[in-house]
Amino acid sequence: MRIQTPNGFKLDNSGKRIVVDPVTRIEGHMRLEVNVDANNVIRNAVSTGTMWRGIEVILKDRDPRDAWAFTERICGVCTGTHALTSVRAVENALGITIPENANSIRNLMQLALQVHDHVVHFYHLHALDWVDVVSALSADPRATSTLAQSISNWPLSSPGYFKDLQTRLKKFVESGQLGPFKNGYWGSKAYKLPPEANLMAVAHYLEALDFQKEIVKIHTIFGGKNPHPNWLVGGVPCPINVDGTGAVGAINMERLNLISSIIDRLIEFNEQVYLPDVAAIGSFYKDWLYGGGLSGKSVLTYGDVPEHANDYASKNLKLPRGAIINGNLSEVFPVDHANTDEIQEFVVHSWYKYPDETKGLHPWDGVTEPNYVLGPNAKGTKTAIEQLDEGGKYSWIKAPRWRGHAMEVGPLARWVVGYAQNKAEFKDPVDKFLKDLDLPLSALFSTLGRTAARALESVWAGRQMRYFQDKLVANIKAGDSSTANVDKWKPEGWPKEAKGFGFTEAPRGALAHWIKIKETKIDNYQCVVPTTWNGSPRDPKGNIGAFEASLIDTPMMNPEQPLEILRTIHSFDPCLACSTHVMSPDGRELASVKVR
Amino acid sequence: MPTSSTDRILVLGIGNILWADEGFGVRAAEEFHRRYVVSDNVTILDGGTQGLYLVSYLEEADRLIVFDAIDYGLEPGELKLVRDEEVPRFTGAKKMSLHQTGFQEVISAADLLGRCPKHLALIGCQPRDLEAWGGPLTKPVSDQIGPAIELVCAILTEWGATASPRSEPLPESEQLLANDIDHQHYEMRMRPV
Repeated sequence: MRIQTPNGFKLDNSGKRIVVDPVTRIEGHMRLEVNVDANNVIRNAVSTGTMWRGIEVILKDRDPRDAWAFTERICGVCTGTHALTSVRAVENALGITIPENANSIRNLMQLALQVHDHVVHFYHLHALDWVDVVSALSADPRATSTLAQSISNWPLSSPGYFKDLQTRLKKFVESGQLGPFKNGYWGSKAYKLPPEANLMAVAHYLEALDFQKEIVKIHTIFGGKNPHPNWLVGGVPCPINVDGTGAVGAINMERLNLISSIIDRLIEFNEQVYLPDVAAIGSFYKDWLYGGGLSGKSVLTYGDVPEHANDYASKNLKLPRGAIINGNLSEVFPVDHANTDEIQEFVVHSWYKYPDETKGLHPWDGVTEPNYVLGPNAKGTKTAIEQLDEGGKYSWIKAPRWRGHAMEVGPLARWVVGYAQNKAEFKDPVDKFLKDLDLPLSALFSTLGRTAARALESVWAGRQMRYFQDKLVANIKAGDSSTANVDKWKPEGWPKEAKGFGFTEAPRGALAHWIKIKETKIDNYQCVVPTTWNGSPRDPKGNIGAFEASLIDTPMMNPEQPLEILRTIHSFDPCLACSTHVMSPDGRELASVKVR
Repeated sequence: MPTSSTDRILVLGIGNILWADEGFGVRAAEEFHRRYVVSDNVTILDGGTQGLYLVSYLEEADRLIVFDAIDYGLEPGELKLVRDEEVPRFTGAKKMSLHQTGFQEVISAADLLGRCPKHLALIGCQPRDLEAWGGPLTKPVSDQIGPAIELVCAILTEWGATASPRSEPLPESEQLLANDIDHQHYEMRMRPV
């Protein structure tokens, strides 16, 4: 069947169906089904996933001041960003303001998460879609050194360094297990880097693995504890005592200096390693500009990183806020989380039940009632699906829409909006990156563009951290050591009923929580997470979501090795059920999240 | 196995407390901490589902004990102890998401950096229910927290460390988990789907 979606994609599901279920035998995690034509070009895409669901069930009747501790557990990677979103939602509902220092510290924690997530995502998940690890074994260490020194001043670049690294890597490969590199499509012609570039990237994979631990220390210091930092409605839980010498939990000059030195190092890593690597890898993939999907049409960003505390208006947010639709970059629309006509979730193709499924529901009125039924053309059984029917219900992900439009969220969305708003700090780095690679602006709307936006954002976030660290220290030195406002901590003064929302830009995109409070307890709580936007199924009008759109028209080298699909889906940094990780004895993951 | 009382030992609970029996590892670590005082060279940590965030804790440890829910295809609640080379550490490049990072990824990463603890012990419990979002530990799994703690005590003794029952109850402020997500409050007030 051939159809044209309202959001401008031609779909044809008549060709061969390929099911990519990378964790096979496992029900629950993300899965993609595509149809390819006779030339192995993707002509239809169906994305399905298990999201955690029903946080409202757990949170109902609990204390709103504890909600962050629960939402922090939703996911092991988005920990801090969920907690921040949650405390903002409660503060918004109850009209609680926070001190300037708390705003700076929250920004530092959020930006540290951005950098950590972007670096780890690129090197430890995504790079292997571009880099052939096995090919690195045949690289000439001297030529690798020349290459590395031609793109950056990073000191770890001698022939001896790469030779040692290669020896270590050989040992790993010869030990019979490839360690973290097992299961790649090594040797595929879809890999285009010369062996030297592959070896350089593998070296940086290891350096990033080592370095990411340093970034985490920022969360430990400000959050009081790790791996689950503390958060606080009304501010941050860490007291500041600059004259103190190691009082438990308090921030003193020694700790501030440690944070400062970590920031210096992450700025250096971003600028000397991460961004040059992305540019170098990109230069070999300039003819692989697939995967743009919705990015050139409809993108959404809530904005984040407030300059001043308690002002969430667009012009006070350092990460851009706004919506672009139908590819018209000359108009950026305002976004209002409280307007019930704007953000709505639909379930006509999701395994939930609404009273009227032609309509969407705003999250304040959100309903999460499961309804697991397969469409009439699905193959297999409910417990062992062979092929989904996208004409019926086919995903546990709801379909959020902004004024009815399917939107892409994430670093590329943020950078496209910043670019469209003509903000130099977003526009100039994009123009420079493209110019260096001799690519037109249209190249930004691609898998490579998404990957580049994340690297550019990591650089941006590092510099913002320097800014907020300096601002924090200056403010403390000026005599303000306040980190929390406890005026409305006690529920006695709260209104009988209140509702609010909190939003952040999580590393992978726009995140918001909506809360209703009744008699000082949580009455309803809904989260719309970035992967709900990007991984959404079709809506009642037939618009496809960002993952689905990104795969359309991509040619596959070999459908048996769906490297192109993984490359593009990985570029979104998807967040899935985010939690189950039960191991089987042979190390395969049995994420048996059975969904009903 | 060589023992040394100065080796740094990490006792780590892994899993997601929001998913029924997936919470076994964290709950076992929480209860062990509630009941026992350990020698100074032992750290008890709630690792949640933190993946690569945990690498630095592993690096600082000479010996590692992990509590986790593991699907061995056994009877629900059955405990299984595996050690050293038997602990799985393989990972894959075909994953869709970093969020599929399992604990074996963390071990594998520490290994790749050449700083994996010398000795590993994995105390796994066969889960019954991983489906109930917001649900409690099921009875067969919850019943194994005590035996799992006995196992960890035996391993610590073998490694030359000590764990002794607390003479005074653990103050609330020193609990491993707080803010209503500690085991007692979480389950007392939880409402399963």
